[in-house]
Amino acid sequence: MTTSDMSKSLFWEDVLEGQVIPAIVKHPTTRQLVRYAGVSGDFNQIHYDKDHALSMGLPGVILHGALKSAFLAQILTDWIGISGKLKKLGCQYRQMDEPGRPLFCKGLVQTKYVDNEEYLVECDIWLENEQGEKSTLGWAIVSLPTKSN
Amino acid sequence: MASEFPYDLNALKESFVGSESLPTILEVEKGHVRAFAEAIEDANSLWANEMFARRTPFGGIVAPPTFLRVVSVQSIEELPDHFPFKRLLDGGSEWEYLHPVRIGDTVTAVSRITDLYGRIGRLGPMVFIVSEITYTNQLSQVVAIQKSTSIRY
Repeated sequence: MTTSDMSKSLFWEDVLEGQVIPAIVKHPTTRQLVRYAGVSGDFNQIHYDKDHALSMGLPGVILHGALKSAFLAQILTDWIGISGKLKKLGCQYRQMDEPGRPLFCKGLVQTKYVDNEEYLVECDIWLENEQGEKSTLGWAIVSLPTKSN
Repeated sequence: MASEFPYDLNALKESFVGSESLPTILEVEKGHVRAFAEAIEDANSLWANEMFARRTPFGGIVAPPTFLRVVSVQSIEELPDHFPFKRLLDGGSEWEYLHPVRIGDTVTAVSRITDLYGRIGRLGPMVFIVSEITYTNQLSQVVAIQKSTSIRY
C-alpha cells in the first residue's frame, strides 16, 4: 500500500452490510517466521526448526498464530485507512498453516450501527489456504468517521 | 472421545485458575515497531512514517494492533515447572483496543488465568488455558485487553 492510498478515509456511510472487504494475499516463508520470531520474542522452535516440529508431531514448521492474527488485522487497517479505529479483533486458529503456501485474507461486513455516538461496523474475517479451507477465523469491530457531523 | 483424560483437570484448575503472572514491561521503540511491521510485511505508513502519521488523526506513529503480543510473550509462557504439559500452541485471542500504542510508551502486561479445560485431540490430551492479559501504559490507561487461549499438550 502506498502513502497516497493510505491518506484516504473510509466513511461509515460508504459501508454496506454484506459488502466484501478488499482481500489481501500473504506469502509466508520460513524466512518470515524467523524474522517474526526475532522481533516478537516468540522463539518456540516449532516455527523455524523442522526437525523439532516433526518431533512434536507437527507436519513441519508452522506459522505463529500471532503472525496470522497480524495478517487478519492488516486486512482491516488497510481497509479503514487513517481515520478508522480497530476496536475489537478476535481470531481462532483452526488449522495449522505451513510456510511456502499463500494465505488469502478475506472479509465480509456483517452489520453496521451507531452506539454511544460511535459509528461501528462488525465484520467477519478469515484466512483461506489454496484449497479454500478457512484455517483461521476472525471477527472485528471498527469505528469509522461519519459524514453527518 | 470416550477415553478418559489422563490427568486430574479439577486439580489443575484449582492450582492455576486465578493465578497472575509477574508484570512484563516493554518500552515501545520506533525501530522495534518498524522491524515488527517489516516482519509481518505490513507497509502501512502509520507504523513507520512519522511525517505521514503526524498528519493523520493519530497524530504520530502508532504500533500495529498485534504488536502488543510482543509484550506478553513471557507472561504467556510463564507457567510453573511442574505443569505436566510442556508443549505449547496458540489457540486464538480476542483483543479489545482502548488506546493507541505510541513510540516512547511504556506498556506493562499482566496475565491472569481465567479458565482451564481439557480435551483429547489429534495430538493427544490437550489442556486449554484461557488467560486475560491487561496492557497498561505509563499514564495508567488500559490500552488493550486480550483474552487468549493457549494449548498445552
